[in-house]
Amino acid sequence: MLERKYLAEKYAQEIQAILEKYPSDRRQSAVMPLLYLAQRDKMYVSREDILEIGEILGITSTEVASLIGFYTLYYDQPKGVYRIQVCVDLPCALRGAEKFLTELCDRLGIQPGETTPDGLIAIEPVMCLAACDKAPMFQVQSGAGLTYHENQTVENALSLIEQLRRDAAGRRVAGHERGRDANG
Amino acid sequence: MAENEHVLLRHREIPDLDNLVVYREHNGFKAFEKAVTQMQPAEVTEEVKASGLRGRGGAGFPTGLKWSLIDAKSWPHYVVANADESEPGTFKDREIMEGNPYQFLEGVAICAYAIQAHAAYIYLRGEFWQIAVKLDGQIAAMEAAGLLGQNLFGADYSLKIFTHLGAGAYICGEESAMLESLEGKLGMPRLRPPFPPSFGLYGKPTVVNNVETLANVPPIIERGANWYRTNGTEKSPGTKIFSLSGCVNKPGNYELPLGTTFRHLIFECGGGIPEGRSIKAIMAAGASSSLITANDQALDTPMDYESVPSVGGQLGSASVIIIDDSISIPWLINKTVHFFRHESCGKCTPCREGTYWMSHLTERIVKRTAKTEDVALLYDVASQMRGKCLCALGEFSIEAVRSGIDRFRSDFDLTVGASVVSADQEKLTKDE
Repeated sequence: MLERKYLAEKYAQEIQAILEKYPSDRRQSAVMPLLYLAQRDKMYVSREDILEIGEILGITSTEVASLIGFYTLYYDQPKGVYRIQVCVDLPCALRGAEKFLTELCDRLGIQPGETTPDGLIAIEPVMCLAACDKAPMFQVQSGAGLTYHENQTVENALSLIEQLRRDAAGRRVAGHERGRDANG
Repeated sequence: MAENEHVLLRHREIPDLDNLVVYREHNGFKAFEKAVTQMQPAEVTEEVKASGLRGRGGAGFPTGLKWSLIDAKSWPHYVVANADESEPGTFKDREIMEGNPYQFLEGVAICAYAIQAHAAYIYLRGEFWQIAVKLDGQIAAMEAAGLLGQNLFGADYSLKIFTHLGAGAYICGEESAMLESLEGKLGMPRLRPPFPPSFGLYGKPTVVNNVETLANVPPIIERGANWYRTNGTEKSPGTKIFSLSGCVNKPGNYELPLGTTFRHLIFECGGGIPEGRSIKAIMAAGASSSLITANDQALDTPMDYESVPSVGGQLGSASVIIIDDSISIPWLINKTVHFFRHESCGKCTPCREGTYWMSHLTERIVKRTAKTEDVALLYDVASQMRGKCLCALGEFSIEAVRSGIDRFRSDFDLTVGASVVSADQEKLTKDE
């Protein structure tokens, strides 16, 4: 039996609020918001998180894990603190998104799908993000959520990446001072 | 309709319409109050029926009829708003929720009253995280103002609205897959019937409506079905938001009466084709579209649910992607096929295997490693999928492939080399 109560203790109030959205006999509905919660700190869901979410909801860890495989915004492996997801679907491609992706990756010295050597920035081509009139565009996914960046040039994408690196450095210092183990 | 009067995109004229106070200053929630205090639930449904409003998510199913199918012997009832907007080329629901969110939320509330649901869920694609955060704040503002909660307007009616984020799966825009996802399962379509009005969320009677559909409801209740029918055509009444993208000077959302021509949208609203190029094809329903040859007949076709099929297309969610004469059709269908291969949920074999094999063939064709018979094979695979998939994803994945080969065959001949092939063409003609 699992004794871990990491999520339950750290996010007690939020978990309560999530569970209240759904009928009390339909707790499984809360699995998707709980996976986002588990992913907040480290941008992936660990094996321990999967087991704990299963415990909270009364479902098997296999059921929890299968969702991570099915839905593209959940991850079971660490890969980049920030995932920069460039839409290269048809409407965006008609407006230069593929060239944008290639140039951005060239400037960072990585291939699409790879992470920068500092482990912070992953660049990924993704499917349609519902911003077809404002391509090139991408979203930045981090544990804190998702933000849209539209009508982009390689230059302003690079300056955003610099900002993200500064944010990450700031957070590392703050996290260290609190003596927190981000891996739970 | 006056050229600039918006019914749905009213935020373009009214600043800060996403603020509850401003929305109420512009008659906001008058329709919901009228429904709850002056109308029986069935009267609300009848008014929506009389308006002729058709679902804006793509299928064009009559909205009032859908509401009237709700099973009154099974309780509780639910409303699920489909905010999963993921069709390549569609970005209209996003603008409604960002600019005019309360009109959408009021539509959710009126729909819930009409079917006597006390809980409504808004299923947003995970990428709409920022919108969900804002909607949560707007729902809280409604609760604080007494527009959600118990005994609304002093009547014996209560309602709560919740947001729920998906996590990056196009298939969850299919209504039964969305319900599965909302139940915490893999987002895979259900075998139907039964349909959601009898067996929906948690197996209970459920209305699933698109965001734009629901945003049409408050003006219908406020101003009446007859007013609503002053826009659009007899069978496709009202205005529609057309998401215009691709090879066009001014892409964006344009709210126009249904029945407006492609030519008006593309050339008057969209400013025509860039760099003096000419228009080659139109995809009227996003990546799920067949390719309409953009001749004069097509350009002068009214964009409504009845007329677009007459030029070999579908209106769908009106995500109009413009293709100019610099674009190779094999490249294009390679894009759409890869999309569907990636998004296929894998539940039914024709879609899972069909999109997989189509993607191999289109990849070979664009890389110019295809054999001469590969185009016919691609057409054959696509044709074999037809009518055999569990849901529309698989069925629509073949539209661009088949119409692309049928209508732009010479593009494929260039790609696989000059030796392709009158024999193939004969076979294709026979298959038709």
